[in-house]
Amino acid sequence: MSTTDLDARVRDARAKLDDHVREIVEWHFNPETGCPFWLNWAANAGWDPRKEVKNYDDLDKFGNFEDDWLRGGPVRRWVPKGFAGKPVYVFETGGSTGVPKSRVQINDFRIDYEMFSDTLPDASFPKGSDWLMLGPSGPRRLRLAVEHLAQHRGGISFCVDLDPRWVIKLIKRGEIREAEIYKQHCIDQALTILRANEIKCMFTTPKLLEALCEKINLAKYGIKGIFCGGTEMTPQFHRFAVEELLGPDIYFAPTYGNTLMGLATHRAPTPEDNWAIIYYPPAPRAILEVVNPDKPNELVGYGKTGRARLTTLTKDTFIPRFLERDECEREAPCEQYPWDGVRNVRPFSRFQKSVVEGVY
Amino acid sequence: MIHIPVLRQGKPYKSVDVNKAYHYRTREQIAEISQANVGLIRRDLLQQAEMHAILQGFTTRELIAIAKKAAKHFGEDELPLGDSMQTPDDIVKQISATTGSPNVMVRRNMEKVRGVLDRGYGDIAGRALSFFPRGHSMGVILPSNSPGVHSLWAPAIALKTPLILKPGSSEPWTPYRIVQAYIKAGIPREVFGYYSADHAGGGEILRQCGRGMLFGDVGAAKAWAGDPRIEIHGPGYSKIVLADEGAKNWEKYLDLMADSIAQNSGRSCVNCSSIWTTANAREIAEALAERFAKIGPRAEEDPEAAVAPFAAPDVARRISLMIDQEMEGTADLVEAKRGTPRVAEKDGCTYLLPAVVQCSKEHALANREFLFPYASVVQVDASEIPHCLGPTLVCTAITSDKALQRRLLESNHIGRLNFGPISTMKISWDQPHEGNLFDHLYSRRAFQSVLETVA
Repeated sequence: MSTTDLDARVRDARAKLDDHVREIVEWHFNPETGCPFWLNWAANAGWDPRKEVKNYDDLDKFGNFEDDWLRGGPVRRWVPKGFAGKPVYVFETGGSTGVPKSRVQINDFRIDYEMFSDTLPDASFPKGSDWLMLGPSGPRRLRLAVEHLAQHRGGISFCVDLDPRWVIKLIKRGEIREAEIYKQHCIDQALTILRANEIKCMFTTPKLLEALCEKINLAKYGIKGIFCGGTEMTPQFHRFAVEELLGPDIYFAPTYGNTLMGLATHRAPTPEDNWAIIYYPPAPRAILEVVNPDKPNELVGYGKTGRARLTTLTKDTFIPRFLERDECEREAPCEQYPWDGVRNVRPFSRFQKSVVEGVY
Repeated sequence: MIHIPVLRQGKPYKSVDVNKAYHYRTREQIAEISQANVGLIRRDLLQQAEMHAILQGFTTRELIAIAKKAAKHFGEDELPLGDSMQTPDDIVKQISATTGSPNVMVRRNMEKVRGVLDRGYGDIAGRALSFFPRGHSMGVILPSNSPGVHSLWAPAIALKTPLILKPGSSEPWTPYRIVQAYIKAGIPREVFGYYSADHAGGGEILRQCGRGMLFGDVGAAKAWAGDPRIEIHGPGYSKIVLADEGAKNWEKYLDLMADSIAQNSGRSCVNCSSIWTTANAREIAEALAERFAKIGPRAEEDPEAAVAPFAAPDVARRISLMIDQEMEGTADLVEAKRGTPRVAEKDGCTYLLPAVVQCSKEHALANREFLFPYASVVQVDASEIPHCLGPTLVCTAITSDKALQRRLLESNHIGRLNFGPISTMKISWDQPHEGNLFDHLYSRRAFQSVLETVA
């Protein structure tokens, strides 16, 4: 694709994003359809988002979304009136930093994972094949989302019991051996499922993938595709997973996501990437940007390091300008994803000392 | 650019993830060091039993002979360093460049390593003894600040134990060279693992290896304190005790005290960090201060260099600030005599010059240990010793008081006890902690044998 063509696609994507922003702001700030939280917020803000937000850049007027707003209840304040009477799900984030953040959802997890499904190659994630969900259970979006992904592709999702908050507690108490035993308990559940069923696809986290591959050869067990996420993945892990854990016959799909955003998918790697993991958000439903940590409204240049900033724009959820606990490099748009991406996401270095990460 | 790879069962592996090592003064990049991810370490350590079996194919006599050859290679030969080669002169310069240690200290430490490789270990008397290895390998988490400690783990190969090493971030050089010297001398490369890694990688090595050795600060030492598999080399709080005639004749032991405090730039756990005396505390402190006031920053190649600069200048400033904040009621006598601040800058380097305080046993600075030549001088009644000393890795006691000697012998807080004028820095390889690796790696079982052919 020529630069001119890509530029045109970037402009087109941007125009669609601006349209989408107006639609979403109208939904969340219309008294007929918006949720109590945002309607109250607008009542006290002294300005009308529906009148003043004309495009994506105008979302800067909201300032940075404070994650404490999502901690605790009542969660019904986040349910849009436009979805009155619909079944509501509530999902929680990891809880590695105190009281977890909650996000109510009506349709998002299905839509996000159906979009993600379109990025998976059918040869490695065959339609109709069954899945193993070797990841966090409980109040996690992942648990239901992977099950929906499997069902959407015509399969069944087998699950394990895994409480990552217990693991975090064990690690904070220095009980590493207990945490290791708990990990083996999860692996044992996975092995039981894999031995009894014909599983071809999996979701798992980096650490659990390593632990599982210490026990068995996944290719020999018939696994063809691994969708991996949940915690940080380094380029070295990426290489290690592809070269040593999985081998040439299993497709590795690293993802970056969380309860608030949805799922950012990995751009197909090239040798020039040197195993860097490059993600693109599911625009226009979510936008990931890389900003100057000291001036969060200022984007860094392409290739430069900054803090990840998320904007979620769905009818279920409106989260403008949320500063993630991660840092990364800003990646230019590409043919497949004509909008900004992020490279090598890792814990924000200024927070690293206070957060227990990557435990499940 | 020098690249130091990971060694996976002796085979070099270049990681995508590399750390950069810089010259402590010029900030010029000296090398890049491949970093191992935790999963890779775990995966490799699944092969420990196979690694262990390789060394069982050698007799101890053969291994000692190989160790002697390795000592020669280590001290004299050009050895592989990643894709390049390294001479003995190269390594001295490289260690000095990334740690700030003066060349003279590096050479002294290299000789120490060479000496221990050369000597191997003593044999066992001809009694019916049987020993079994406590693990298939030994994992060692190494420090950045003192190349001398490498002599403590290097003999493990002669004890038929594979080595899994995590080098310190500023001193990757010596362990890599020891491995290469062993390989050149005839040890199969498969029995070595060399994994530069983060803290999580270090933790994984200690968890997965049957036996371990850890060099670390208070926090690291505390995290592994309850694990009998791990020999911990944390802060030593080593001390010199002077009582009765020893305290009276203190001048006779001034050289011993100064050497114990300041050798190796005060960076070893066996450096003396406090003098406990029953008399003449002020005189002792003043005399030490007088001597230390003459020590100043010198170039790394200066054979008279006595203090090493800090690779991270902020660390020096933070240590000095911590001392000043706790100085209430006493003073740094060296600083007063020197007339210049404790933190010194020279040619772009930051140094901490020696400090001596005289204080009561309750003072916050009475029983502390810092990463430079520091000592408190504390006067106590003989009856308070050893209770007042607290945990002490090395205690040199100069006293003829038999009752005090007996109390010191009975103390369970003292790791190594020297009676008489022996420097706290003096290591006996056949004694526990510093040298008796055999005790750490092997355990004795009850054993009897009547060798008959079973029909």
